Amino acid sequence: MKKHDDRLFRLSTGIVAASVLVIVVGIAATLVQGSWLSIRKFGLAFWTTRTWDPVAGQFGALPFIWGTLYSSLLALLLSTPVALGIAVFLADLSPRVLRQPLVFLTELLAAIPSIVYGIWGVFVLVPVVRRLEVMTPDWLRHLPLFSGPPLGVGMLAAGLVLAVMVTPFSASVAREILKAVPPSQREAAYALGATRWEAIRLALYYGRTGIIGAVMLGLGRALGETIAVTMVIGNNPQVSASLFAPQYTMAAVIANEFTEAADDLYLHALVEIGLVLFILTIVVNALSRLLLWRVSDKVVTVPAVAPPVAAAA
Amino acid sequence: MSLTAHDLRRRATSRAVEVFCAASVVLALIPLGLVLFFVISQGLPALRPEFFTQMPKPVGEPGGGMANAMVGTLILIGLATLIAVPVGVVSGVFLSEYKRSRLGSAVRFAADVLNGVPSIVIGIFAYTVAVLPFRRFTALAGGVALGVMMLPLIVRTTEELLRLVPETFKEGALALGATRSRAVWTVILPAALPGIVTGILVALARVAGETAPMLFASLNNRFFSTRLD
Repeated sequence: MKKHDDRLFRLSTGIVAASVLVIVVGIAATLVQGSWLSIRKFGLAFWTTRTWDPVAGQFGALPFIWGTLYSSLLALLLSTPVALGIAVFLADLSPRVLRQPLVFLTELLAAIPSIVYGIWGVFVLVPVVRRLEVMTPDWLRHLPLFSGPPLGVGMLAAGLVLAVMVTPFSASVAREILKAVPPSQREAAYALGATRWEAIRLALYYGRTGIIGAVMLGLGRALGETIAVTMVIGNNPQVSASLFAPQYTMAAVIANEFTEAADDLYLHALVEIGLVLFILTIVVNALSRLLLWRVSDKVVTVPAVAPPVAAAA
Repeated sequence: MSLTAHDLRRRATSRAVEVFCAASVVLALIPLGLVLFFVISQGLPALRPEFFTQMPKPVGEPGGGMANAMVGTLILIGLATLIAVPVGVVSGVFLSEYKRSRLGSAVRFAADVLNGVPSIVIGIFAYTVAVLPFRRFTALAGGVALGVMMLPLIVRTTEELLRLVPETFKEGALALGATRSRAVWTVILPAALPGIVTGILVALARVAGETAPMLFASLNNRFFSTRLD
């Protein structure tokens, strides 16, 4: 009787849990089905063509893929040193009284909705960026990296907003990793006469897979970020190396054009961009999870969930 | 003990890194301060009682409120909670009870992947399953999108917290002759409940600020409505 009951329990909860799997597969299936016309018509050329002309029915996703990768990598470049610095400070250096408040504040940064970052970006950050761009000396502006008119909106503003948004994520996961490094590692270094930084470097090295995982988790966030980027990047589908040029990202074009896609091919092209974005983020997230799982069996939680878990423990 | 030049350099490097780390924290808190200052200084003057109780005025006229958007947000997160909490908590129970099962690993991985899927992609999914078949934008579709976004957070928090409940609780219940389901529902889950509720609230707070999927799941209605369809 009891055995029967246990089996029923396993079966029923298992079915519910499987629904999470079903949803992920369902998302993949709807994306493929919804982009079928575009996949069949353009094939691989969709990924490499620069023309995005809804009126002529010509769709190429290269500018969006370029813009997404460019802005995300720029954000990563800006945020990683700072995120690691924060993680080290909070894990090793901070005075005990300051630690909890600082952890709370950095995680508050992760809880601000992206639309609020977008508004702040448009009204505060973009004018500052424009002023910086105007101040750029002429000889620098001949470089492809800084060419183009100083508009304010553009790649640089998007990279900055994204960097602010992903920093708390990477920092919080990296801090968890540093905390998970056995104390004996640092103690051994100190016993050998290491300075603080030398001991920390050892801990960073010990947790290197996890640290890379933390950074990639930030990358996954940056790739999919929509609204804040849409508001500051300038929304111009072009492939440009310039930080000053207004560009476009995959998520932004979906947000802007989805509701006005008049014909089926247009809609399918947009959904295919969503499919590409889905695949890209799954690959990045899966990689980061595998790296993180290798470090510790203890699950590293998403920052937004971390405080209550700690409180309950 | 005399310090060599080498030692001094090591000390200086260490000091410099410490300063860099402290500066990073300050650097990260600057945007936080700026964003909060900006939102409060610009928004506070508009935050009068009418803001909560009145409808938006036509563009160009001063005054008016955001009553419809407030009610809309509440309805949406209510729907999302109804969808995500039962599924999420039961899945979390499965994951913590059958940690090593193959389905468990797959579901855990799927939840983590789902957590990383951009909200805009989830918006497309909600549009396809909840808008297209009915040919209209609805609050329900928005609720589906937000529910899917909340789900992985709730699954993982529940699992984490159930794992924190001491094994002895379960052993005690089983020793008294309880079935597994009985042990979970009456002993283990109640022990972890406060934490799970906090986790649900955090997940709620996260999706309540979501923007992108709403653009094409619920669409923008400038009028007051409490209907779900």
